[in-house]
Amino acid sequence: MNLLHIFSLARKEFLTLMRDKRSRIIIIVPPIVQLFIFGFAATYDLNDVPVAVYNEDSGGASRELLARIEGSPHFSVLYKISSDDEVASLIDDRKVLLVIRPGQNFSANLQRGAPASLQLIIDGRNSNTAMIAMNYLRDVVLDFNHEWQQEHGKTGPPVQLKMRAWYNENLQSQWFIVPGIVGSLMLVVTLLVTALSVAREREQGTFDQLLVTPLRPVEILIGKAIPGIVIGLLEATLIIALMVWFFDIPLRGSIPALYLGILLFLVATVGVGLMISSICTTQQQAILGAFLFIVPAVVLSGFTTPIANMPEMVQWLTYLDPLRYFLVIVRGVTLEGDGFILLFHQFWPMVIIGMVTLGLAGWLFRYRMY
Amino acid sequence: MNDERVLVFRNVRQIFTRGEQTLCALDDVSFDIVPGQVSGLIGPDGAGKTTLMRLACGLLRPESGTVHVLGLDAVAEPQAVQSAVGYMPQRFGLYEDLSVQENLDLFAELQGLPQKKRTVRYAELMHMTGLSPFTARLAGQLSGGMKQKLGLACALLRAPRLLLLDEPTVGVDPVSRRELWAIVYRQVQEQGMSVLLSTAYLDEAERCNEVLLFHQGKLLGQGPPNEFSANVQGRIFQVSAAGISHRQLQARLAQSPNVIDALVEGETVRLVLEQAGLPTAESLLPGLDNVTIRPAVARFEDAFVARLKTRYDGVASAGGLNFHIDVNDDTEVIQVHKLLRRFGDFVAVNDVSFNVHRGEIFGLLGANGAGKTTTFRMLCGLLPASGGKLSVAGLDLHAARAEARRHIGYMAQKFSLYGDLSVTQNLRFFAGAYDLRDSKQDERVEWAIETFELTDYRESNARDLPLGFKQRLSFAAALMHEPEILFLDEPTSGVDPLARREFWARTNALAEAGVTVLVTTHFMEEANYCDRLVIMAEGTVLAEGTPQEMKARARTTDNSDPTMEDAFIRLIEQHEQNKKKIDNRKAMV
Amino acid sequence: MNARLHRLWGMIRKESLQILRDPSSISIAFVMPVMLLLLFGYGVSLDAKNIPLGIVIEQPDTAAQSLAGAFDRSEFFRPQRFAAIQDAKRALTERRIDGILWLRNDFSNRLLSGGEAPVGVFVNGVDSNQANITRGYIQGAWLAWLQHFATSRGQALDLPVVLEQRVWFNPALSSHLFLVPGLIAIIMTMIGSLLTAMVVAREWERGTMETLMVTPLHMGEMLVGKLIPYFMLGMGGMLLSVAMALFLFDVPLLGPFWLLILCSALFMLVSLAIGLLISIVTRNQFLAGQVALVVSFLPSFLLSGFLFDIHSMPSWVQLITYLVPARYFVAILQTLFLAGPVWPVVLTNVAAMLLMLLILTALVVKKSYKRLD
Repeated sequence: MNLLHIFSLARKEFLTLMRDKRSRIIIIVPPIVQLFIFGFAATYDLNDVPVAVYNEDSGGASRELLARIEGSPHFSVLYKISSDDEVASLIDDRKVLLVIRPGQNFSANLQRGAPASLQLIIDGRNSNTAMIAMNYLRDVVLDFNHEWQQEHGKTGPPVQLKMRAWYNENLQSQWFIVPGIVGSLMLVVTLLVTALSVAREREQGTFDQLLVTPLRPVEILIGKAIPGIVIGLLEATLIIALMVWFFDIPLRGSIPALYLGILLFLVATVGVGLMISSICTTQQQAILGAFLFIVPAVVLSGFTTPIANMPEMVQWLTYLDPLRYFLVIVRGVTLEGDGFILLFHQFWPMVIIGMVTLGLAGWLFRYRMY
Repeated sequence: MNDERVLVFRNVRQIFTRGEQTLCALDDVSFDIVPGQVSGLIGPDGAGKTTLMRLACGLLRPESGTVHVLGLDAVAEPQAVQSAVGYMPQRFGLYEDLSVQENLDLFAELQGLPQKKRTVRYAELMHMTGLSPFTARLAGQLSGGMKQKLGLACALLRAPRLLLLDEPTVGVDPVSRRELWAIVYRQVQEQGMSVLLSTAYLDEAERCNEVLLFHQGKLLGQGPPNEFSANVQGRIFQVSAAGISHRQLQARLAQSPNVIDALVEGETVRLVLEQAGLPTAESLLPGLDNVTIRPAVARFEDAFVARLKTRYDGVASAGGLNFHIDVNDDTEVIQVHKLLRRFGDFVAVNDVSFNVHRGEIFGLLGANGAGKTTTFRMLCGLLPASGGKLSVAGLDLHAARAEARRHIGYMAQKFSLYGDLSVTQNLRFFAGAYDLRDSKQDERVEWAIETFELTDYRESNARDLPLGFKQRLSFAAALMHEPEILFLDEPTSGVDPLARREFWARTNALAEAGVTVLVTTHFMEEANYCDRLVIMAEGTVLAEGTPQEMKARARTTDNSDPTMEDAFIRLIEQHEQNKKKIDNRKAMV
Repeated sequence: MNARLHRLWGMIRKESLQILRDPSSISIAFVMPVMLLLLFGYGVSLDAKNIPLGIVIEQPDTAAQSLAGAFDRSEFFRPQRFAAIQDAKRALTERRIDGILWLRNDFSNRLLSGGEAPVGVFVNGVDSNQANITRGYIQGAWLAWLQHFATSRGQALDLPVVLEQRVWFNPALSSHLFLVPGLIAIIMTMIGSLLTAMVVAREWERGTMETLMVTPLHMGEMLVGKLIPYFMLGMGGMLLSVAMALFLFDVPLLGPFWLLILCSALFMLVSLAIGLLISIVTRNQFLAGQVALVVSFLPSFLLSGFLFDIHSMPSWVQLITYLVPARYFVAILQTLFLAGPVWPVVLTNVAAMLLMLLILTALVVKKSYKRLD
């Protein structure tokens, strides 16, 4: 291996990427803008869920419970209605997500010690939002029950659940999603940088010129991989810094382990990118190829929806996805405080993916050229 | 009368800004073109030919000045102009993924050719262009010449009053070129059409009724071509001398004080002198015997060179190249034996054999699609051969280790350096790729910039260089590591005559220094620079020999001094006839 | 007028032929939706099942076993027993289980002595959504067991307020009923903009634009001529996706089919217009592809309300979501599929898409002129 060859090629690749203003912008600006927008947008936590109240009870207890609901940051009561007909139109038109309806004798039943029913009508079009809203409401009701029982000298249920969440104590979904965005953005950037690099040279005829020089395929491979990895590393550092300082995500684990993870992830994605690039003869094909990899890779990585919920066959597919491992590493280091040992099983699969894809790419340089 | 003139430019100025550089593409240009004739736009690269064409189509808006086309104001009513003229852009502007017929249909619809007239017009055009047998073929699979003819046919569908052709014959083989010209002249004679075309081939200028000579955005002159050549009449001579190779002869003549231009032409060298009057042998070539000097008839090209060539510093030496090559070593550096290459069922190269000696300039001539480039790619190791043997410096580069490629330099057909990188960055990259380190690298980069006169463009992006400079840069990049063997694939395609002369002067010097050069070209007169050459068609070698031998074969009673082009056309015709005979025989069996 | 129709027809035929010759367009329109819908339809699910739950019983007696039994029987959990809390905690750290239920030594004593027996619950909160869902399921199993425990001792469970929940449109709260219609919107955004992002840029790159310009063809005719074949192609992909949603994923379609097609057509036009605009502005396939990728996939995935509730986003982000056409289409699709033709929802979103289409068309027209500079 000849270091001068690799250095010359890597420098050339950097210059090609960075000299043109438009291509410089496309590498740097979208990831940062997207981190900000998506970091704030992508949250499962609900705030100000629009609620309508249909109170047929005249007692004080229902008013007290409703005041608690109104006081919660999760709900905002927008409508007070007084007929059944209004329920349907409010929910159908998506004006409210749920209607809360204390039964006619709510306060009276409560005073008597009989179960007082609180009816809840919820829009299930987005089942996840519905479920979360229901959970919030259940918490309010359980609290209310507990306090009611204490005030009235009654014992509560014989078994009490004392819940605690580890790692993400307040269950903020931003803590979960933002590290996922970091991984997805890195995937998109490195793939865009590498997936076009060989295809572009093929299309412009410069790849032939490269192949008649004494550069060996391994050297071309390394020279082309370096810019992707370096740009990825810098970008990762930048967006992780933003994540920690701007989104207040804790960084509890071992930073060297995180960087090892980043490096291996970059090697694996650069490998995938170069492989796509050397299969394709035109840039259009390469863009499509990158696209066809990025979309499933993001969806199947456990970024927004858990891998455990997928059918078993799809779960097997996720083992091919480098982002899957990387997300565990980012979340592990930031939230769970993991180090090398706990993350070992995330490291080696990426090494294998990287080796296979890079090997294939290098082979294709020479043998797919007409 | 204003309507009389088909095209009127008045004080047209066009400026392009690229980054901080501003470029004056056309500078205060005024001219009129009268109908019913062929007008040629002639000029070197960057003279503003394409800009002028685009202005005439209303595709660009001039900085100042007015453009009237067929009485219409091209600035105010571009759509009306675009509907009225026929235009063929420089790059093939048709759809390669549509068939010939589908392309015709599309443009017939777009130009509003009535359904009833189509059958007749299609038949006419297809017959005229010789494309009738290929109507079902995809345009992308046509040869370069056929593509241009199809482009022309599409522009002629509705017989426009003014036809604008931007370099229609670039990259087209001589046979197709003749046919294209025939079509153009038929339109002028039969339909009274007016044609404005630009070209880089100066022999074509003589076929125009009128020539507009451009240089660096300025109109230098307008008039019939013979008016231009009349200016240099009496300053043109043919020189031959015994006991000296024509290459050395040319190099020596080029350095004589009174000489503007020296061009190898067969066994003789053609001179353009600064002053009229027969020069003495002693003044031109001191110390040489047997020098014959004959006056020759001036051509447009002579006038062009005399007018535009302001300096001649004759890049006659290898320019500081340090080749450690034994000039007297006469081994066969490139050996090709029964080379074969298939792509699926298609045989691109079939049974090709030739050998090249050290220090030779060896030419591969042929029309587009003759298999030159495929042969080339196999020799450079870019493509494995399907059969036969080949060796370059004793090795098959496709199988050999990467280091073996250090012996060769390669210049691809298309400009293939990195467009986003500056000139220096490109050179630096190739220097690194060829293992030149630190100070050696700086030294070579400086050498290249100086020798190839790229100083003004050091920091410009390669993409933005004028064509001639791109070609210089590619050439420089291929020479960074002082290779023993040079592969040049169509190095002068689309380059103007001045740049071509310069290129050949350099190549000659390299060959004199012992570098082996393998070159492909479709400029037939350039074959004169080769020591030996092969002519290829349809993947096979039609003839091999020296340029003189080739021309001798074409000598007939009518044509006692055939050009290389005549020789080529004759060979192709013979090949076609043989094919027909074989086909007939097959048909009979 | 006739000449104009001829030119348009010429463009449409040319564009259709090119589509047929180029397998990549067809595969974008037909293979991609099938592949993505299958992948997403099966891959994206928020319905947790078989959550690995560690149960630590320090004193295995009847009461403790009975509570643990309630979790064994639940379809949501896949419980694992641990003898000591330390083992369970290690398993949680190593991501082998997602939660722990901890019954201490004195659980039965405190339960039977009429006091309150605390049960420790730990969940891995990294995936907060999943943690919330797990928490809900644990509470559910706990309430069910309390009921059962009370009845078994001849008592009624004494709960002051009882929640009675009724879920409309999707009573089983099955997530793919809402994810699949949303996915159609996302897939069609990507396909629409990718299909057209390349087409005008390609003409510039291949030099055919120059030839087209010097003909009587008007720019508007060219754009419409290009749009129509790709529109047909995109609608084909759309129909395929809808068919898959109905027959493969069993999503009910409560609204009328014609309305669905009408809204889809409008949305398709908006996506195609975005692609066209990108293509016209960049004039370069490489850049067009990159821009299309950046503006289509992640924004429509994250900002359309398909997965994340728009109401809960900060207000400046909510403003941005108005620029994402998928936002409107997701709302229409989820309503049409699951709720039926709710006119106020359909009409407001249709109006928003029409406005977008209008603005985009104006931009396309402004940016496309027959000049090279």
